[in-house]
Amino acid sequence: MLKLEGVSTYYGPIQALKEVTLEVEEGAIVAVLGANGAGKTTLMNTISGLVHPRAGEITFQGRRIDRLPAERIVRLGISLVPEGRQLFPDLTVWENLRMGAFIQRDHRGIKESLERVFAHFPVLRERRGQLAGTLSGGEQQMLAIARGLMARPRLLLLDEPSLGLSPVLVRELFRIIRELNREGTTLLLAEQNAHMALTTAMRGYILETGRLALSGPAAELRANERVRQLYLGVRAGTTPQTLS
Amino acid sequence: MLAQLILSGLASGSLYAMMAIGLILVYKTTHILNFGYGDMTMFSTFIAYMLLTWYKLPFAVAFFGAIACGLLLGVIVDRGFLKLAKDAPVTSLFIATLGIGMILEAVAGWIWGYDTKPFPYVIKGPPLFLGGVVIRRHDLLVFGVAGAIALLLFAMFKFTDLGIAMRATAQNRQAARLMGIDVGKIATLSWALGVGLGALAGVLIAPIVFLDLSRMILVMIKAVAAAVLGGFTSLPGAIVGGLLLGVMENLTIYMPAALAPLKTTFVFLLIIIVLAIRPQGLLGEPVGRRV
Repeated sequence: MLKLEGVSTYYGPIQALKEVTLEVEEGAIVAVLGANGAGKTTLMNTISGLVHPRAGEITFQGRRIDRLPAERIVRLGISLVPEGRQLFPDLTVWENLRMGAFIQRDHRGIKESLERVFAHFPVLRERRGQLAGTLSGGEQQMLAIARGLMARPRLLLLDEPSLGLSPVLVRELFRIIRELNREGTTLLLAEQNAHMALTTAMRGYILETGRLALSGPAAELRANERVRQLYLGVRAGTTPQTLS
Repeated sequence: MLAQLILSGLASGSLYAMMAIGLILVYKTTHILNFGYGDMTMFSTFIAYMLLTWYKLPFAVAFFGAIACGLLLGVIVDRGFLKLAKDAPVTSLFIATLGIGMILEAVAGWIWGYDTKPFPYVIKGPPLFLGGVVIRRHDLLVFGVAGAIALLLFAMFKFTDLGIAMRATAQNRQAARLMGIDVGKIATLSWALGVGLGALAGVLIAPIVFLDLSRMILVMIKAVAAAVLGGFTSLPGAIVGGLLLGVMENLTIYMPAALAPLKTTFVFLLIIIVLAIRPQGLLGEPVGRRV
C-alpha cells in the first residue's frame, strides 16, 4: 500500500533520514521504533508531505506522492496524527473534528464518521462544546486521533501516540488501535514504547540516527537480543517485563 | 453634550474597528502586519471617488467598485508580491507591504492629483434628533454597515467550514495543512477580505475626513491603535478597541485648552497606560501563553 525506496530527508545541511526503505501492506499495523531523535517524526512528516525528501521515492497505492504537498496527500487517504497532538486549542472539540473532515463534502458521510469516532471515544461526545486546549492530556490525544479519523483515511499515521499517557490510557490506546485495524484501517505508528508497539504491530522497523537498523515481523524483533536490550529494557537472558 | 460626544465617537469608532479587523484578519493567518493598509484603503476610496465624480455613477456602483478594488488589491498583494518572497522572514514582508503602499501612493497621485478632495455623503438631508442628541444620517449608515459586517464575520467564523478553517490556520498552520486546508488560499482570502474591509471603511470615512494621498494613513494608525487596544489577535477586541478609541478621542475635548495640541497624542498615551496594566490588551490572549 505504502512504499518508501531509499528516502533521504534533510533539514538544511543535516540529514535526518538516510536511504530509508520501508513497506506497509494493506490491512497491517506496522511499527517504527527508535530513540528520541532517530528520525521517526521526520519519517512521518516526509510521508505526509510536510517535508519533502531530497532523494528516494514514496508511492501510495501505486502513485508517487513524494512531491505532493501535505494538503493533497490527505485527500489521497493518508492521515497523520502528529507528535504532540497539534490540536487547534481555541476551537471546540466539535470544530476540531469538523476540520478533520475538511476534505469531506458529503454531509451524511461526515455524520457517520462523527458517530464512529464518538463510539470509539465516548468522552469526546460529552466534551464536544469544550475548547480543545482545556482538555486533559489523554483526552487531547483521543481528540487528535479522532480528528485524524474524520478524514476517513485508508492509512493512519500515528506519531508517538502514547507519549505522556498513563499506563492505563496506553493500554486503552492500543486496544483502540487494534479495533481500528479490525475495521479496515491500515496503521503505521512511530513509538518509543517498543513493548506495546511490538505486541500490537505485525511488522516493525527500527530506526537509528536516521537509518534503518533492523526490520522484520514483530515477533522476531521481540525475540532479537539487540532489540530486547536497547528497546525493551531487558537484560540478556531475562524475560521482558509486562507493562502494568 | 456628553451623550452627543459619545455617540459621534461610536460612529468614528466603528470605522476604526472595521479597519482594525482588516488588519487583524491578515495578521492572524499570515503573521504579516500590513503597513501598506492606509495606502490600499486610499487607493480603493479614490476608485469610488472617481466613479462618483468623474463618471457620475450612483453611490451603489462606487461602493462596490471600491470594495472590488480592495478585494482585488488584496489578492494581487498576496499572489503577486508576497508569494514570490514566501521564504523571506515575516519582518521583511512588512517592508514589502510598505513598498506596495508607496507604489499605490505614487500611482494615485499621478491619476487623481495631490490636492485634498471633498468626498460626498451617501445620504444627505438634515440630521435627526433623538432626545437632545443630534444624529447625522451618515452615522446611521455607518452603524448599520459596521453592525452588518460584524454579524456576517461572526457567522462566518463560527458556522462555516471556511471560517473555521481560517481560525484553524491561524492557530496551527501545519496541522491545518494536515487537515487538507490549503493555507495559501486561506492567506489570499484573508488578504482579500482584509483590504476589502479597509476599502469599505475608507468610503464611509472619506466624507468625514476628506480624501487625499496621506489622510488614510492617519486613519490606519488609529486602526492599529484600536487593534492594539483590543489585543491584536481578537476580532471582538478590535471592535471594543475601535469604539473605545473613537469615544476617547471625542472626550479629549474636555482637556484644558492649553493641552489642546496634545489631543491626538493623548489617545496614544491612554493606549500605553492600558498596555502597561494589561499587556495583552483588553480582550487579547494572555501574554506568554503556550499554544
